[in-house]
Amino acid sequence: MIELILDGLALRVAAGSTVAAALYLGGDGSSRTSVGDQRRAPVCGMGICQECRVSIDGQRRLACQTLCQPGMCVETHA
Amino acid sequence: MNEDFDLLIIGAGPAGMAAALAAAPSGLRIGVIDDNPLPGGQIWRDGVHAHLPANARRHRAALAAAENIRLFSATRVVAIAGPQQLLLEDDERAWRAHYAKLILCTGARELLLPFPGWTLPGVTGAGGLQALIKGGVPVAGERLVIAGSGPLLLASAASAKQAGAKVLRIAEQAPPAALAAFALQLPRWPSKLLQALQLFDASYRSNSHVLAALGEERLEAVRLQQNGKLVEIPCKRLACGFGLLPNTHLGQALGCRIAGQAIAVDQWQACSLSDHYAAGECTGFGGSELALIEGAIAGHSAIGAQAKARALWPQRQHWQAFADRLGRSFALDPRLKQLAAADTLVCRCEDVSYGEIAGCSGWVDAKLHSRCGMGACQGRICGGATQFLFDWPTPTPRPPLSPARIESLLQLAEPDEAG
Repeated sequence: MIELILDGLALRVAAGSTVAAALYLGGDGSSRTSVGDQRRAPVCGMGICQECRVSIDGQRRLACQTLCQPGMCVETHA
Repeated sequence: MNEDFDLLIIGAGPAGMAAALAAAPSGLRIGVIDDNPLPGGQIWRDGVHAHLPANARRHRAALAAAENIRLFSATRVVAIAGPQQLLLEDDERAWRAHYAKLILCTGARELLLPFPGWTLPGVTGAGGLQALIKGGVPVAGERLVIAGSGPLLLASAASAKQAGAKVLRIAEQAPPAALAAFALQLPRWPSKLLQALQLFDASYRSNSHVLAALGEERLEAVRLQQNGKLVEIPCKRLACGFGLLPNTHLGQALGCRIAGQAIAVDQWQACSLSDHYAAGECTGFGGSELALIEGAIAGHSAIGAQAKARALWPQRQHWQAFADRLGRSFALDPRLKQLAAADTLVCRCEDVSYGEIAGCSGWVDAKLHSRCGMGACQGRICGGATQFLFDWPTPTPRPPLSPARIESLLQLAEPDEAG
């Protein structure tokens, strides 16, 4: 298992899980807030739609194409 | 920092892997670039909940064993840095790759069409759901509906069921006559007939399509038009995709000719631009069998092994016929153009509604009146939708080709170190 931080809370996930999986395992699955103030969640699952972009250790990354790493800090309200 | 390659391949799905392995005996320096954390593309996507077929494992093992092939995973093409040079970026660095020859194996994405509620959390693509499940997204015990068109709906349903989800309905927009005609042709491709029989699901309905995703904060139910009747199904997820679109952005940016919606290639899988080749879904939908053969032809052609490439032409023809049949059978019903309401968002990146762009004459007009297509996905989602809805041609890609760090883009301004 890998421990990471999602929106300030500690979360343990199976090694090999994507950050997109962590969003569902530790939260409601949503990844960002749109310009029209709607919450959004991963859609295409393959790095095209950009809906799953989150902040990981301060960098904007795609949750669906990033594997969880120990100590990673993921923010969905950045 | 720069790196030189005799042959650079963009994409590590079936086409890209087959291309690299076909070219490997030449001993040339081969680089394979892929944006996912692991090779395999979409159909052979690996992950914590993935079950890779034996052929996928064989290809990955052969790729890893070839000493002259270097795989760069989690790496994106950011821009064209000069003649036969690409700017690449991974999580840590950006660098220029120089190449003598390039093979584009950039695959396909799902055609996602706007309908009321499609931006609610809980709504994904059909292949999108499958990819998310493989990456570890939990769906056990969840009620879900799959809708759209094409064989991907059945594959997505199979993955969801295997992960413990309850698939309540699979809504295929194609009419029953088209599906029956397709089924009658299947014995020409026995492996596909077997696959169809294995994937068959009692909740499958033809002549059925989504009307709306319902819910406040997230998806609560789906409204379907099911063979002329209106039905509402409470569910937690809707996986909806209307077939596949070739990923042509990089090919277009390089100046390769586009035919229809795909990168145009000749019998050698060569593009209109010399020393550039393309194979797999970016040259038109065909499935993994066709992608593997096209990839191998491109790999052989790129190293001058014309006889080996030519020997594969009959196999390519066999699987191209399957792809053509598939394309005809799952042609989209023009009624799907009426799904979006005036306030339905078309551009999900910039929250631009159907009503804001419906009167526009094309992409340029839409961009002058709104920010449609100018967000993070750079029109990859709404561009496919507006092509279907309004017949607007695919927007011309602009650099950066994918969102990139400022430090990476600054490299474009630096003088080129290598010669």
